[in-house]
Amino acid sequence: MINYLIRRLLYAIPILVGVNLLTFALFFVVNTPDNMARIHLGIKHVTPDAIAKWKHERGYDKPLMWNATAAGAQKAADTIFFEKSVRMFAFDFGRSDEGRNISYDIQTRMWPSLAIALPVFAIGLLVNITFAMLMAFFRATYIDFAGVVLCVAMMSISGLFYIIGGQYLISKLLHLTPISGFDGGLNAFKFVVLPVTIGVIGGIGAGSRWYRTIFLEEATRDYVRTARAKGLSELAVLFGHVLKNAMIPILTGAVVVIPLLFMGSLISESFFGIPGLGSYTIDAINAQDFAIVRAMVFLGSVLYIVGLILTDISYTLVDPRIRLE
Amino acid sequence: MKSLLSFVLLPLILAGCGASPWNSPYPAADEGRNIAYSSFTERPKHLDPAQSYSSNEIAFIGQIYEPPLQYHYLKRPYTLIPLAASELPKALFLDAQGKPLSADSAPEKIAYSVYEIHIKPHVRYQPHPAFARDAGGNFLYHHLQAPDLAKIHKLADFPQTGTREMEAADYVHEIKRLAHPKLNSPIFGMMSEYIVGLKEYAETLAKAQQALPPGGYLDLERYPLAGVEAVDRYTYRVKLKGKYPQFLYWLAMPFFAPVPAEADRFYGQPGMAEKNLTLDWYPVGTGPYLLSENDPNRRMVLEKNPHFHGENYPTEGEPGDAAAGLLKDAGKPLPFVDKAVFSLEKENIPYWNKFLQGYYDASGISSDSFDQAVRVAAQGETDVTEMMKAKGIRLQTTVTASSDYYGFNMLDPVVGGLSERARKLRQAVAIALDYDEFISIFANGRGIPAQGPLPPSIFGFRDGAAGINPYVYDWIGGKAKQKPVEYAKKLLAEAGFPEGRDAQTGRPLLLYLDITANGPDDKARLDWIRKQFQKIDLQLVVRNTDYNRFQDKIRRGNAQIFHWGWNADYPDPENFLFLLYGPNARVGKEGENSANYENPEFDRLFERMKNMDNGPERQLIIDRMVEIARRDAPWIWGFHPKQYALYHAWYRNIKPNLMANNGLKYVRIDAELRARERREWNRPVLWPLGLLALALGAAIVPAVVVYRRRERMAAR
Repeated sequence: MINYLIRRLLYAIPILVGVNLLTFALFFVVNTPDNMARIHLGIKHVTPDAIAKWKHERGYDKPLMWNATAAGAQKAADTIFFEKSVRMFAFDFGRSDEGRNISYDIQTRMWPSLAIALPVFAIGLLVNITFAMLMAFFRATYIDFAGVVLCVAMMSISGLFYIIGGQYLISKLLHLTPISGFDGGLNAFKFVVLPVTIGVIGGIGAGSRWYRTIFLEEATRDYVRTARAKGLSELAVLFGHVLKNAMIPILTGAVVVIPLLFMGSLISESFFGIPGLGSYTIDAINAQDFAIVRAMVFLGSVLYIVGLILTDISYTLVDPRIRLE
Repeated sequence: MKSLLSFVLLPLILAGCGASPWNSPYPAADEGRNIAYSSFTERPKHLDPAQSYSSNEIAFIGQIYEPPLQYHYLKRPYTLIPLAASELPKALFLDAQGKPLSADSAPEKIAYSVYEIHIKPHVRYQPHPAFARDAGGNFLYHHLQAPDLAKIHKLADFPQTGTREMEAADYVHEIKRLAHPKLNSPIFGMMSEYIVGLKEYAETLAKAQQALPPGGYLDLERYPLAGVEAVDRYTYRVKLKGKYPQFLYWLAMPFFAPVPAEADRFYGQPGMAEKNLTLDWYPVGTGPYLLSENDPNRRMVLEKNPHFHGENYPTEGEPGDAAAGLLKDAGKPLPFVDKAVFSLEKENIPYWNKFLQGYYDASGISSDSFDQAVRVAAQGETDVTEMMKAKGIRLQTTVTASSDYYGFNMLDPVVGGLSERARKLRQAVAIALDYDEFISIFANGRGIPAQGPLPPSIFGFRDGAAGINPYVYDWIGGKAKQKPVEYAKKLLAEAGFPEGRDAQTGRPLLLYLDITANGPDDKARLDWIRKQFQKIDLQLVVRNTDYNRFQDKIRRGNAQIFHWGWNADYPDPENFLFLLYGPNARVGKEGENSANYENPEFDRLFERMKNMDNGPERQLIIDRMVEIARRDAPWIWGFHPKQYALYHAWYRNIKPNLMANNGLKYVRIDAELRARERREWNRPVLWPLGLLALALGAAIVPAVVVYRRRERMAAR
């Protein structure tokens, strides 16, 4: 397994280089360093000298990817791409174009993101599996039918509607939780209740329907029939056999997103005023802050790769037939 | 079911313990305290006075830093008064040989203006670790090593603080910082045209910086600046090239606030920037407030500066201010509010609802909320709706010192130039755009159609019949009325485009509008503009583009018609008329004249007007300039937006001041009333939770029954 993991990690390097290259190309297709300088310096009284100074300060006065005037290896090394990319592989994200330390910001902002994303993930998983089991238990009855209709209806509603509707109902009409905001420590609780509730409810439709499909597929297998024939109760069959054997597809979807929980949710964080990482990237794109954009895309890619590796490892834990070699 | 109810309710009950309503976003301990609550939508980029320029940045540092001058809070027109200065400075004029000239000397004879600024003594800085000293008088935190910073994550982690008296040298230091090679002061380019030696100073500093080792501290004290010097402990002198009376307005901005050299030295140490400990994030001021919490991702908190030197509420204002209750606190010591909490609120819906719940003291009004908040009477008067009145919410409106306009690129071969043909074409288009209709549809009536480049509240603006643009409006029945479309068509025909076609080729005239319109409401706005052009048989092609491309087009002069706007830096007509000054053109000169308008007579008059004091002679020149601009019509003058703001009953001493950026100190809060109203408006409603629990129970019971029945069923 160690060899497998090392191999997977080595595969990640060219992927990360490729992602970095693509981010770089896409960013600079629509933005020039001059544009970036103008956005940062403001609209009024911006002189060409000020733009040149801003670019020089941040190393954006170099060629993008190829420095024809340099000698030898410097042709590739003395460029914006090389200088801005190399340090990232050591997870040194440097400073944003407005001067803040990116690593510090990420460390600060990932906790509020996690405070929302982790409970939404865990409670959501629990609720979705429970609801799906309920539908599987009452399969081919009116309860199952009503459950599927409810799931489809919930899937069809925009996530934004849940947020605005939830804020309106819970905060504005019932006055039960703050409509938005965040605080540290235990004080975070009252701010987290609403976004977590909405996050869980918003995910029930798609999640439960997906798990129901998995459970129903498992429920038709021979071992389930054998279990029933042995006289096991339906609950014992479902929880003792069906759920256990349905873990691989569940893990495929669930474990891969665990590392990405750090990245937060853009819309949810924006509406609930959560100072997480969700809005960090989009704010950076709007502000044309390439340093943050590239750092966040890189981090997202790393976390995704980690998620995939964790998924592979988790297979071996739930299915002894699988060996990573 | 009981346990389920407890599970749902217990945390809420716990959270709701105390006097604070359950949905309060603030700690229960703060309920009833003398704290002002407001929000910000965009995180500030810079809090360094040499770099901050945006209104969302100045909203914070305006309360912390004290430049020499400020605007009187109540008087209109806007009047400069001393803040940190002991008196308003007067310019001493010198000729090229350095000999003094009289105040009424012709501007062309004046080679230099010298401002000697006397500052108040005994003004002390806020507590700050940069000033902390040990028993021997040595700075405690000016020689930090990596281990010293290991446990430091924010400024409050430094256990010791100190202070010292503000000195004239601190003002000199800040002016030097405008030229610092590591800072990008937005006004450096402009100020280097005026402050003697500033441009050369920047070159000197750049060389000195290069000679330093990486991370080395550039000590500005070692490099004197020719045009700025500290005369004594409480006096400094600034020497400007020529006559520049608008300099006094700049002296009311944080760019000219004092910055102690200790702060630069403290923040300039290795390892500080890596922890975001910079002057750009942790200001050091002498003002009524200090920044006690700096989390631009969540909230910024200002608290009273314990070393504030003291200031009193104004004792005089405009007629009507006393009746409005604005002089009740006359002469009382400032500031009134102990603390101000600014929360990041990106979305309008939560922001508006929190205002209605009493968690923000004041609010603007978005288009979505306008009908809920404001009632417009048949005569056009505005007031709050009954629902707002029931909550005691008040409305205040004021016309902003800004312009929203469409510009013609005067370099364009079709719409540009000063020929009679092009002039008539532009005038015809200006008549076609019905701005009364635009304001009514797209701004909920929040604006007044512009009659020229100057908004109300700026010297030179004329109201009533004398102030209308006679090329676009007629004065009928005591009101400005847009000229008929037929007149515009006649002008168009005279311009060589009868019925919107080129008289010579017969081809329809296509005009191009460059715009960045990406919002949800923009499509309707663009459709409306097209319709206005169609009224005079012109076809408008909208070239919607992203911000970068748009800027490039304007800079290169590739746009034909474009949408633009301007907010006043200071209340002087020069700050608007320079937008039409030829040498200030965008193309080739990188100036702010985006229309690239150039009229020799206008330019000549501008050069005379800009250095004059307000008075009848200046008014005459401005009248002439405005007349030239109206006739040439380089802009469709657009409108001056009206600011509508709502205030809760507990929020007092409010008078919109569009120029002042330090208004927090005048605000008074009735915290008791606010706490009472919040509790009244936000009583938790619990019965739906009970209903939900019952519904869940009702759903579970039959399921259990069915399950048990199934389990008991015999196999079939």
